[in-house]
Amino acid sequence: MSPANGDAQTTNANMKIKVTVWRQAGPNAQGAFKDYDLDDISPEMSFLEMLDTLNEMLNDRGEEPVAFDHDCREGICGSCGMMIDGVPHGPERGTATCQLHMRKFSSGAHIKIEPFRASSFPINKDLSVDRSAFDRIIESGGYISAPTGTAPDANLIPIPKGVADVSMDAAQCIGCGACVAACPNGAAQLFTSAKLAHLNLMPQGQAERWDRTVNMVDTMESYFGSCTNHGECEAACPKEISIDFIALMNKDFVKAQLKQRRLAGQLFP
Amino acid sequence: MAQAVQRSTVAKIRKDRRKAPWPVEFYRSAVGKKWVMALSGLMLMGFVVSHLVGNLKLYLGREEINLYGEALRDMPGHLLPRTVLLWVVRIGLGAAFAVHIHAAVTLTQTNRKARSKNYQSPRDYLAANYASRTMRYSGVIVLAYLIFHLADLTWGAGPHHLRGDAYNNLVYSLQRPLIASVYVIANLALGLHLTHGAWSMFQSLGVNNPRINAFRRHFARGFAALVVVGNVSFPLLVQLHVVEPTCGKVRTPIADERPCATAIPEAHETAEGNHP
Repeated sequence: MSPANGDAQTTNANMKIKVTVWRQAGPNAQGAFKDYDLDDISPEMSFLEMLDTLNEMLNDRGEEPVAFDHDCREGICGSCGMMIDGVPHGPERGTATCQLHMRKFSSGAHIKIEPFRASSFPINKDLSVDRSAFDRIIESGGYISAPTGTAPDANLIPIPKGVADVSMDAAQCIGCGACVAACPNGAAQLFTSAKLAHLNLMPQGQAERWDRTVNMVDTMESYFGSCTNHGECEAACPKEISIDFIALMNKDFVKAQLKQRRLAGQLFP
Repeated sequence: MAQAVQRSTVAKIRKDRRKAPWPVEFYRSAVGKKWVMALSGLMLMGFVVSHLVGNLKLYLGREEINLYGEALRDMPGHLLPRTVLLWVVRIGLGAAFAVHIHAAVTLTQTNRKARSKNYQSPRDYLAANYASRTMRYSGVIVLAYLIFHLADLTWGAGPHHLRGDAYNNLVYSLQRPLIASVYVIANLALGLHLTHGAWSMFQSLGVNNPRINAFRRHFARGFAALVVVGNVSFPLLVQLHVVEPTCGKVRTPIADERPCATAIPEAHETAEGNHP
């Protein structure tokens, strides 16, 4: 739905809101909050459309628009994400910022918007953060070295429904970084454990399970903090990924220490 | 048009180090440290419970609890010289404390580095509770209390301390309202620490199974409640004069007779001679 253009359907119920947005010109610039009043916000708008409206207003005024990441706007790409009233992706559970609608706020609301913060998520500009540390974690474990040949028949490897379901639960992770943003320790355990679990649970993922676990955990720890089991990440996750996967990662990491990985044909540190 | 891919360079929060032998490498990793913290925590939980169960003998009278103290020094009977096993246990517990605290301190430092600049607007926590966010403070209170408690009742800084007479040492000490309140406050902090720790332990060890997941929180709360109720009962019942110092002659194999109430005990020589 496009931003309101004064159509009859939206004029009556439109909201007046005030947003306080973190403005920062560049990675090393000094940032500060700035207030903006918006008095023609449709409750049908998504949060990002509200920001679009704000940017149009800023453009008209000749000011620099607010930079924020977004792509698919349907909750599956993981590009968008910001702290909205002190919660990653805002007050609605299991929802990415693009799927959060303004009807969740009351008219006259004062909304504070801040970028995700972590040492390894440096701010590019305004609300846009560099989440490439996640790519480093994926790189360290996200491939297999076995020659796979041509595509096998779809059902050649039997996978029980339950396994496929749980693996899919983990694979839902869109890598938005809300878990890191939510964690008081700036830890990336939920992201890493989800990425590990969706491979480690599948028969195809067994071949390099233990190396992958050790390598991805190691890379994660060189960028992010450690888990103290608050459970904030699970609550903030737009895909509601369970911290059960963190427990699985912890167990796999300890198991990997005890495996005879050399005889399993895997590299031994 | 092909564009050169620009790879961002996000700085690591820790230095790359040369590979070490695996126990060191394992402990260097945060997941390994949490595993060690969970196991040492489990050991300390075992200690807290057995300490509480032993201390409940206070309610069976002076003779019972003093015999219990003697039994600790004497375990395991004639298999080992006196106090040898006790010292093994003490050193083991000391090591568990040391490693638990070291891991906590170093992980906290890492976590501070992982978020060098904090949020500038107020956070709204959804899941983190008071206990989980105050672990470092409740932990420090418990450590300070542990040292105080050892000084008070083990090393004997308490009033009219007499080695081997655990009953009267404890009662004399807890008769002072200030000391009694220290015991109460410290045990509430311990309970808070356990409320999160006894649950967190399962996650860190990877003990996660739908059959027991609901039970884990109940276990932690129940465990913490048990420890708090048990441990707080001692200062409370002494303050309420339910438990009083003994008067007159009570024959035990451990300590000699001791005058009651606030009189200064005179039987130091014999007691210390018997119980180094």
